[in-house]
Amino acid sequence: MEFGSDKLSRRRLLGGAAAATAALPVLHELVPHEGLHNAVDASAAEPHMAGMGGMAAHGGAGHAAHIGTVGQVDPRSNGFDPQEMLRDFDEGRMVGGVREWELVAEEKQIEVAPGVKYAAWAYNGRVPGPTLRAREGERLRVRFTNGSKHPHTIHFHGIHPSSQDGVAGVGAGNIEPGRSTSYEFVAEPFGLHLYHCHTMPLAEHIAKGLYGAFIIDPKQERPRADELVMVMNGFDTNFDRSNEVYAVNTVAFDYVHRPVRVKRGELVRIYLVNTLEFDLLNSFHIHANFFDYYPTGTRLEPRDFTDTVIQGQGERGVLELRFPYTGRYMFHAHVSEFAELGWMGFFQVED
Amino acid sequence: MEPATAQRTRRPAWVAGVAPLAVLAVAIGLFVLLDAPGLNRIGVPQEELAVERTVLKPDEIQLHVRNEGADPVQVRQVIVNDAFAPFDQTNSRVGRLGGSEIDIAYPWIEGENYGVVLLTSTGATVDHEIEAAVETPDAGLDFYGLMALIGIYVGVIPVAIGMLWLPWIRGVDARWIRFLLAFTVGLLGFLAVEALLEGTELAGTGAKAFGGAALVWLGAAGAFLALAGVDAWLRGRRAGDGGAGAAAADGPGLASAGYRAAFLVALGIGLHNLGEGLAIGSAYAVGSLALGATLVVGFALHNTTEGLAIVAPVAQERRARLRRLALLGLLAGSPAVLGAWIGASAFNPSLAALMFGVGAGAIAQVVVQIAPAIRDGAGRLLHPLGVAGLLTGLTVMYLTGLMVSI
Repeated sequence: MEFGSDKLSRRRLLGGAAAATAALPVLHELVPHEGLHNAVDASAAEPHMAGMGGMAAHGGAGHAAHIGTVGQVDPRSNGFDPQEMLRDFDEGRMVGGVREWELVAEEKQIEVAPGVKYAAWAYNGRVPGPTLRAREGERLRVRFTNGSKHPHTIHFHGIHPSSQDGVAGVGAGNIEPGRSTSYEFVAEPFGLHLYHCHTMPLAEHIAKGLYGAFIIDPKQERPRADELVMVMNGFDTNFDRSNEVYAVNTVAFDYVHRPVRVKRGELVRIYLVNTLEFDLLNSFHIHANFFDYYPTGTRLEPRDFTDTVIQGQGERGVLELRFPYTGRYMFHAHVSEFAELGWMGFFQVED
Repeated sequence: MEPATAQRTRRPAWVAGVAPLAVLAVAIGLFVLLDAPGLNRIGVPQEELAVERTVLKPDEIQLHVRNEGADPVQVRQVIVNDAFAPFDQTNSRVGRLGGSEIDIAYPWIEGENYGVVLLTSTGATVDHEIEAAVETPDAGLDFYGLMALIGIYVGVIPVAIGMLWLPWIRGVDARWIRFLLAFTVGLLGFLAVEALLEGTELAGTGAKAFGGAALVWLGAAGAFLALAGVDAWLRGRRAGDGGAGAAAADGPGLASAGYRAAFLVALGIGLHNLGEGLAIGSAYAVGSLALGATLVVGFALHNTTEGLAIVAPVAQERRARLRRLALLGLLAGSPAVLGAWIGASAFNPSLAALMFGVGAGAIAQVVVQIAPAIRDGAGRLLHPLGVAGLLTGLTVMYLTGLMVSI
């Protein structure tokens, strides 16, 4: 009888049912979360979340102007700076008429997007590795030490005997951890090449960061120019064989936050190398300008005058252009997906 | 000797009971303080975030996430449809079982699909799909009104209509009452299984750390025991009232047994409808509910049988108490309204899974309560009419259920 009595209202019954579950913390979800935004601003406490390089800020209208990732990468924590990499050419040193470099493969944690760490493999602690530069016909020696826990090699693009090719089972083959070797060959042909690790599994050894640009200057010098190296790369941070982050010179959107400064009217030469893994193609597109394109840099006459070029895996080429106007000009992969995942930047053209 | 004995007896008994707890607390404290001496962690951090709720506002995607893994998770970037997007978060380092709200600025377009990727500090990713984006309704008066209307349509009205069978069943033969009770049990059995399955499915979408599907069974066991307790308490109170209570009440003991059963049936169905409301409300909130005549008609047919189930146990009552019946109807039907409100405004899959479990457990208890009334003169439970009733109940629920898949 009593359960049907007037005293027993619906609300009381439901209250009883709720009380049975009240001990569970999940119930707090029922409480509205108003005023949440005012309550906490976690990003303020995060060093790399703070400061948007003047590009954008959190909240409201700032979002409309925002490009790319939230926060900035501190170059000091990486030990290399995409700004400096642009114009950093390593000519090695001359030892008894031989141009010589020392390269060490090591394991290194790098920050590829603000706050996002990647366990990279790097030559000389940087990704991409140093831009090696020599002149056509010189004798070259690259002393290689494997300072990592996995076997590695250095495989150079160019013309050389098989014993110096840096692949498993030929010549020195795989260099085991702690071991060293030297690769010796003549610098030919002139052009823009690359070097990378050629240990199996290949995609993994390359994608983790073991690559760099290799420039052989022609005997007849190219015209004087403001020279820049851009290695287009990407990072598969969750190991699903597709890239989460794209960039030129490793750090996503770095040249958006800190544009590349060039002079109006001056010849700008870009050494563009595609080391991207997992994606078949990459591309380079410049806004409001055109460039001469020298595929692989092996001829001194441009093949094309264009504003967009496509490169497959391992492809590279030399771009030459002048900016007739001052201002801020975007450049990016014309594969929009790559562009919005980090491969985007600005030229700041000044007088 | 004597003072020592006195000392021992003076010490309260609870001290001995609490002492192991105190030792445990000290041991845990030391263990944590010394950072698990002797144990070395191997492997990489296990970062697991579950997206519990998605809210879409103009130019904004809001994700409510919960850490269901063992290690803290730091979301550092957000990718929407292959593009990094600006965002805010309430908690940049989400600890175990902790939650965070991530507000992403993104100009989403109605009806399109979005893949949201949360990129953590270690480069791990949490993928979340938004299918056919639609703005999440604002929890204003209109919204609560609409949810109430849906709840009334699918819960209150059908149950009330079903109860209109009472005059008819009061007139039928006892054999047919047994058939109807068997029908009710079949119907309830169907609802219980449905609730368990739906709860398990929901639990799969929530944070596993809360127990996942175990929540459903926990809820079921809890509700089953709680209702058993309520029932025992009601019986005890009635027995305690004795003659005085019987004199004050307007019927003898036999009659109230029917109402007690009806009350339990209504309560069980009410808890079930709460879960049903949750499902409807949350489906509405994410825009995946085709609100229309078919759905409402389907629910009406589906739930009308629930009304019949409530009145079946009171068929042999001498008096039909309208007021009491109305309350029972509300008890069974109106939780759909509450469920719809919760489902549409603060949906949480783990909580919903628990509620479905509670519904299933409550129904199981109700079945236990009314099953004895199916017995025929020979004491058989599965007599031909009883079996026919069970099968009819299952079949009717299956067929009407076809119309209401959300």
